[in-house]
Amino acid sequence: MTLQSQDYLERSATNALRPPPQARDAQLEVAKLIDVSICIGCKACQVACSGWNDTREEVGFNHGKLDNPLNLTPKTWTVMRYNEIEENGKLQWLIRKDGCMHCSEPGCLKACPSPGAIVKHANGIVDFVSENCIGCGYCIAGCPFDVPRLNEKDKRVYKCTLCVDRVSVGQEPACVKTCPTGAIRFGTKEDMKKLAEDRVEELKSRGFQNAGLYDPEGVGGTHVMYVLHHADRPELYSGLPKDPKISPLVGFWKGIFKPLVAAGFAATFAAAALHYMAVGPVKPEDHEEEEKA
Amino acid sequence: MTNHWVDIKNANLVLVMGGNAAEAHPVGFRWAIDAKINNKAKILVVDPRFTRSAAVADEHVRLRPGTDIAFLSGVLNYLITNDKYQKEYVREYTNASFIVRSDFDFADGMFSGWDDAKKQYNRSSWNYEFDEDGYARRDPTLTHPRCVFNLLKKHVSRYTPDVVSNICGTPEVDFLKACEMIAETAAPDKTMTSLYALGWTEHTVGAQNIRTMAMIQLMLGNIGMPGGGINALRGHTNVQGLTDVGVMATALPGYLALPHERFATLGAYLEGNTPKTTGRGQVNYWSNYPKFFISLLKSFYGNKATPENEYGYHWLPKWDKMYDTMQFMDMMENSEVNGFIVQGYNVVACMPNKNKSIRALSNLKFLVVIDPLSCETANFWQNHGEFNDVDPASIQTEVFNLPSSCFAEEEGSITNSGRWVQWHWQGAEPPGEGKTDSAVIAEIMMKVRELYEKEGGAGAESFLNMRWDYSQPKHPASDEIAKEINGRALADLTDANGNVVVKKGQLFSSFAQLRDDGSTECGMWIYAGCWTEAGNQMARRDNADPSGLGNHLGWSWAWPLNRRILYNRASLDPSGKPWDPKREIISWQGNKWGGFDVPDFTAAAPGSGVNPFIMQPEGVGRLFAIDKMAEGPFPEHYEPMESPIGTNPLHPDVVTSPTVRVFANDSNFGTSDQYPYVATTYRLTEHFHTLTKSARLNAITQPEAFAEISETLAEKIGVQSGDIVKVTSIRGYVKVKAAVTKRVKALQVNGQTVEVVGLPIHWGFKGAARKTYLTNVLTPSVGDSNTQTPEFKAFLVNIEKA
Repeated sequence: MTLQSQDYLERSATNALRPPPQARDAQLEVAKLIDVSICIGCKACQVACSGWNDTREEVGFNHGKLDNPLNLTPKTWTVMRYNEIEENGKLQWLIRKDGCMHCSEPGCLKACPSPGAIVKHANGIVDFVSENCIGCGYCIAGCPFDVPRLNEKDKRVYKCTLCVDRVSVGQEPACVKTCPTGAIRFGTKEDMKKLAEDRVEELKSRGFQNAGLYDPEGVGGTHVMYVLHHADRPELYSGLPKDPKISPLVGFWKGIFKPLVAAGFAATFAAAALHYMAVGPVKPEDHEEEEKA
Repeated sequence: MTNHWVDIKNANLVLVMGGNAAEAHPVGFRWAIDAKINNKAKILVVDPRFTRSAAVADEHVRLRPGTDIAFLSGVLNYLITNDKYQKEYVREYTNASFIVRSDFDFADGMFSGWDDAKKQYNRSSWNYEFDEDGYARRDPTLTHPRCVFNLLKKHVSRYTPDVVSNICGTPEVDFLKACEMIAETAAPDKTMTSLYALGWTEHTVGAQNIRTMAMIQLMLGNIGMPGGGINALRGHTNVQGLTDVGVMATALPGYLALPHERFATLGAYLEGNTPKTTGRGQVNYWSNYPKFFISLLKSFYGNKATPENEYGYHWLPKWDKMYDTMQFMDMMENSEVNGFIVQGYNVVACMPNKNKSIRALSNLKFLVVIDPLSCETANFWQNHGEFNDVDPASIQTEVFNLPSSCFAEEEGSITNSGRWVQWHWQGAEPPGEGKTDSAVIAEIMMKVRELYEKEGGAGAESFLNMRWDYSQPKHPASDEIAKEINGRALADLTDANGNVVVKKGQLFSSFAQLRDDGSTECGMWIYAGCWTEAGNQMARRDNADPSGLGNHLGWSWAWPLNRRILYNRASLDPSGKPWDPKREIISWQGNKWGGFDVPDFTAAAPGSGVNPFIMQPEGVGRLFAIDKMAEGPFPEHYEPMESPIGTNPLHPDVVTSPTVRVFANDSNFGTSDQYPYVATTYRLTEHFHTLTKSARLNAITQPEAFAEISETLAEKIGVQSGDIVKVTSIRGYVKVKAAVTKRVKALQVNGQTVEVVGLPIHWGFKGAARKTYLTNVLTPSVGDSNTQTPEFKAFLVNIEKA
């Protein structure tokens, strides 16, 4: 059983008539800052992620490069992506830790039709509440970064939680704790942006004139940000989108279905009221049965 | 390391050459990143491949595997011809001004004194001219034609940028860029740190690779300086401790020598190993050798060691030749060995020429493998198809696999690369029947002793006279061993005035307290002070850093005497003024030296003429190695035993190092007509040697063996990334995945194109990762002339689509 949260800012497929619990006072927004210019691609973050979250990928194969696992999966929530580029006779090996960006305007959440399956916490973390997930995969279509992955076994979708369990008790995410060079940092979004400014300035002093922070506007900014030497060309970093936006299709179907969702909510409420009047309150025993199941 | 991990942050230039620090030492590499961010340092990587270190470097410069001496000699030539060296440091603190004997010579790739029958040099001409008092003659003006400086200048003058480029395959412009970056640190207030590892040691000229860099650091005045030094990044958690304890063929603890058989008596041995002072007024700290050695014998043999029996000297084994692991494998192959105990060492995977290793182990009567895992060595007799194609029925070796513990399952000390001896505590019990290594060895020891007591036999005295007074003889405790290593007084020790300075039974706080009269015992003199009357110094955890230079004197304990930067007196000029005021770690405090580090010096006042290199009998750092190296007193470029160009452009008649030991069984080397590509083996961050292929998480991140090749080689042999390739050397073949990458490139060497094949070593036929061949099927059984470290870094292969 998960502990309840009372600090959701947003909750998927939830009508404004019944907003998420918001009794708690505002929290500071958090952010993870990944400085690719000092990342050595050691994969300690990948291993720490599997270790903390108890996920074990199958032992795979070599695919003719260092990347492994080759891509995100329901059990691999972060991967290192390596890209070799050669410009003006100078080779660069651009290494990027990929995973959920924890958008301020999360496309996954907006796309999700299942009430409370995707939530956004007051600190900015976007989390999947797996027990509410119906496995429809709409979040996958809604994500501009191609992050969520459907687990065929339990028909649920998984991704990085930004170690919400650690962060909510005052610890940094596991990848941050393990990063040996300090390339992954964690703190308030404001502090991380300040830190990024220093790093960008230092990179500019080394001749990276286009160094900058990746915190894309198109999704309202993110809670995982990158310091890039080539912020003008994020796509060099294994296809980091230059101007990510939520797919217009997401907005389209939400527009059509929103009234239906509201109607559904009303119907559910009405059904519950009828149930109460006819049968009486739901007894605690019923819950216990559910848990055993 | 002359310096230590944290000190890397003080560098202005971090040179990663002969290693791949980011890849193999990702945690320590944080200090290189720290230097970059907080000290505006540059990172320069010189490597055949564009590595993970290169990914975060300011410059990457390529060279052909096995040509580091040519490259670095070219740097020396650049520094001298462009006047980019720290003149006062070189004049005062190195042997640049020392005059070399007139019969020393170098011509056509050979130094004077070659003995063709022995295939060794008579090194007597590789020395200084001495005056009537036995002190070396000097010419501080550096004008004498035979002073070291002028001999060095002449020696390296051949390594011009075009010659370097021709041998190394490094474009001249890249080489000069590297020279410029290095030369900037000749300024007294600039330092370069040199980070190296097996990329330098694993060559037939490995020790000379490192020497060349040590000479560069002396020329630049970077030895003894915070942010400087010559820094070996050690490959295993405690391999520095292993080296210190002297678990090597001809060594004893604390860098003392195992007696050679020519030393028939203790007196002859001490005479032969205690250096005479060759610099007027210099410290020559090794003159204390007898104190260290006799205290060691007292530690070994306790009350049984007496002046009458020369403190048990005759119970020590004497060596006639170096019994390194390659020597042993060869003796096994020749059926000259009955039994073999392997502890924490996956020999079949880690020694060169795996097929030779299998033949060797197959000729044994018994093999004992002490290891936490069931490794390839314990299972060498199993048939694993092509990966290990043996016939178990024909192998009669009896194998005992004794499970040991991992580091977290025991208490004790681990010595890191920076010589910090850090105590750690047991985190868990070993699983199953696992025992700590010391318990396993102690049990074998007790059993063997019992058999000797009953039956006698060769070597019985060594065993029966050994001191073994642990509270549980079958399980010596880590604190007991630590105190034994530290040493204690066996009688009240008095000073010249008769005052008691150390009471009988007390633990030492310094090796300066050791005596050569049998009144002291010490298991390893350099660790004296690690566990004193004040307690376990290695367990200290105060990370205060008053200087801001990261010296952390309250954190654990560093040998020797908690000193963090060796030769630190050389960070000050002869008058005691720091070369760089920002890096003043020690200073003269009226009547003694003190400061933020433990001074590496005596109480000699500034301007006394006593020089900083107190372990050298002449008191200075050596640009000319005198008689200490097998190949010569100056480094010289010799090709790897398997050379892609088949010649040495500097001296075609002397292609490879003349002093390399080659066994008859291994004398068949591959040539470039059949094996045209240079292969080099290495490690990846995702794995630790052949250990972590047994760990699921590591296996996930790098599951399967591969070979890295250039785009041009891939095109030539018709291979794409992910295809399977067969890599063949004259010793065997492996089939692995091809990884085609821009990070490996063809080099232009001596008029021909040389392709490089990169071969990571982590996989085998046991463990959780994909089962496969051992990479060491391919590597040659030949080593460095001084250390016998195998030449894993440069050999020849062919590669084709499988």
